[in-house]
Parts: sequence; structure tokens; C-alpha cells
Amino acid sequence: MSATKTARLGEESRVDKVNAELVTLTYGTIVAQLCQDYDEDYMEVNKQLDKMGYNIGMRLIEDFLAKSTVGRCANFRETADMISKVGFKMFLNITPTVTNWTSDNNQFSLIFEENPLADFVELPDDGRAQDELWFSNILCGVLRGALEMVQMQIEAHFVSDVLRGDDTTEMRVSLVRYIEDEMPPDEE
Amino acid sequence: SASCLDFLLIEIVPMAERLAKEFSVDDKRQDDEEIRESTFFRLETLGYRVGQGLTERFSRDRPRFSDNLDAIKFLCKDLWTILFRKQIDNLKTNHRGVYVLTDNAFRPFTRMSMSVRSEAVSRAQAHLWFPCGVIRGALANMGIHTTVQAEGSELPCATFQIKTIQPTP
Repeated sequence: MSATKTARLGEESRVDKVNAELVTLTYGTIVAQLCQDYDEDYMEVNKQLDKMGYNIGMRLIEDFLAKSTVGRCANFRETADMISKVGFKMFLNITPTVTNWTSDNNQFSLIFEENPLADFVELPDDGRAQDELWFSNILCGVLRGALEMVQMQIEAHFVSDVLRGDDTTEMRVSLVRYIEDEMPPDEE
Repeated sequence: SASCLDFLLIEIVPMAERLAKEFSVDDKRQDDEEIRESTFFRLETLGYRVGQGLTERFSRDRPRFSDNLDAIKFLCKDLWTILFRKQIDNLKTNHRGVYVLTDNAFRPFTRMSMSVRSEAVSRAQAHLWFPCGVIRGALANMGIHTTVQAEGSELPCATFQIKTIQPTP
């Protein structure tokens, strides 16, 4: 599928719109509460966000397939394109840039120029959140959950975030393996 | 997008449950009732804060509320539409501080199903706690202190009962 066609798909997929600030607000509140619950143990907060995302991803992929009517991706490069131009466009109305491929085509980066989840956000100023908390970590979980449902085991993590004072927000995604269809265990 | 929010709202319920379980491990005895309580508390607080933020953001450009009813109408129409893309279907009041809001097709309920009806109702209950908090938070920010109770015995219909508390002089 050509690049422009993919981009158009993202535009066209009919989606109900909702107030973006509401999503930002809700997500922000969730993260804030998590930080409080875990007594500023940001590692644990990251983990919980990822777990939430994973569960969301598993549901979200169905919605994605139903609304986008895309076919199977031929390779991981095409998948990456699809994630950025159709997936992110559809759900968050952003198109992160796909870049920094490794030579074996198994790893790439998503650069987020804008991130609706993190609008108006400031990390707690306690000297640790800046180094430990990945505010948008839920997105990693979503990708992992969604792709697992279409037979791809991946690993995703943020490597930089503007909230921490970095220049860009970058997520590294790597393909672990394609999950082969497995025979369901015998039911006896 | 809309589904994006839906997913988020669905997922906070199991998350709150998980957290509640995790934090109650210390006192060994895993009391179901206790977990329920703490899940409720978590979701309610979450909703409360979201409600507060919502009012702050969206009531900015409108005239001052003339009375409580006016504020509640704002909640039913504007805020509800922002949250659930529809207005509250029915608003009743006894004019003595009790308001009953009915939503005949409560958004999070519309796609729920369960083989056993009673089970569905009890599971769905958990999804009402967040909006309860939203209502309370939103009204609190408009200067009305309330208690909110929700009921969802006939899916996908949900009712919220709001009681205003007179501030003690």
C-alpha cells in the first residue's frame, strides 16, 4: 500500500470525535492518582500504566480493524506506517514520525511532535519524577496489547520525553517475533 | 477519539480493583467487601477530580448560575454531552434538594452483556462509581455540596440520585 493511500485511510476512517481536553484531563488524573497511591514509586506507576495500556490494546485492535478496514501488513515496515498514520491518527489524531530503523528492519522509533495525553502537563518537581516517570507509558502498553492480537510480539518503551526536558518524545519499538498459530491445547 | 476515551473509562475499573487488591494485601485477610469499598473510593475520587476540572474548564464562558437547578441543568446538558455524548434524558426534583437524573442509554452500559442478568448488574455497578464522582466533583466546584448515589438495575439505564447538603452554619 502506498504511503499516501495509508495516510488517507487514517483521515477517512469514520470516528466519533470527543473533546480532547477531556481525555487529557482524565488521563492526567489517573496518572496523578497512581503516583499518589504508589507513594511516588514511579517505576511501579510506569508498570501499572503499561498494564492498563496492554488491556486497552487488546480491545482497541478490534475497534481499529473494524473502523479502518485495512488488510494484512506485508512486513514490519508497513506495520509501523499503519500504526503511525492510521492507528495514532484515528485514536489520538496525531501522526508520529516513524524513523531510526535498524538495518534488519526490526526496530524503529516513533517521534511524537505532539502528544495530546501530555498537554498542560508538568511532572512533579521532586527531583525524581523527571528521571523515573514515563508519563505516557500507557501508549507502550497499548501498542504491545494491540499488536499481540495480530500475531506480533513486540517490546516498546520510551527513550525520551519532552516533559523531562528532552528535545523530543521518542518511543522505541522492536519486534520480538511473529507469533505462530498454535494449536489450542487438547481438551480432554 | 471517542473510542479512545471509552477504552480509558472501561479500563479504570479493573485498574482500581487491582490497586485495591494490591494495597489490601498487608492486612492478610482479603475481605471482598473491603476491596469493593476501596475500589469504590478510588474511582469516586478519580471522578471527583475529573468533575472539578471539567467544570473549571467548561463553565468559564457562561453566565453565573442563578440557582442550584440552573447548575444541575448545566451538568445534565453540557457536561454530560462532553462526557457521554448525550444529554441526561430525565431530570426530576422534589424542589427540596433532591434531584434524580435518568439516562436511558448510559453510554458505558450500551455494549455490555452477560449471560446471567444479575451478574451483569453487579458488575455494571462498578462502572457507575466514576460518574458518581464526576457529578459530585462538578457540583462541588459550582458551590453545591452533595451526595450522589447511582443505580443501574435495568441496563442500559442508569439513574443518579443527588442530594444536596446544606452547609452547617
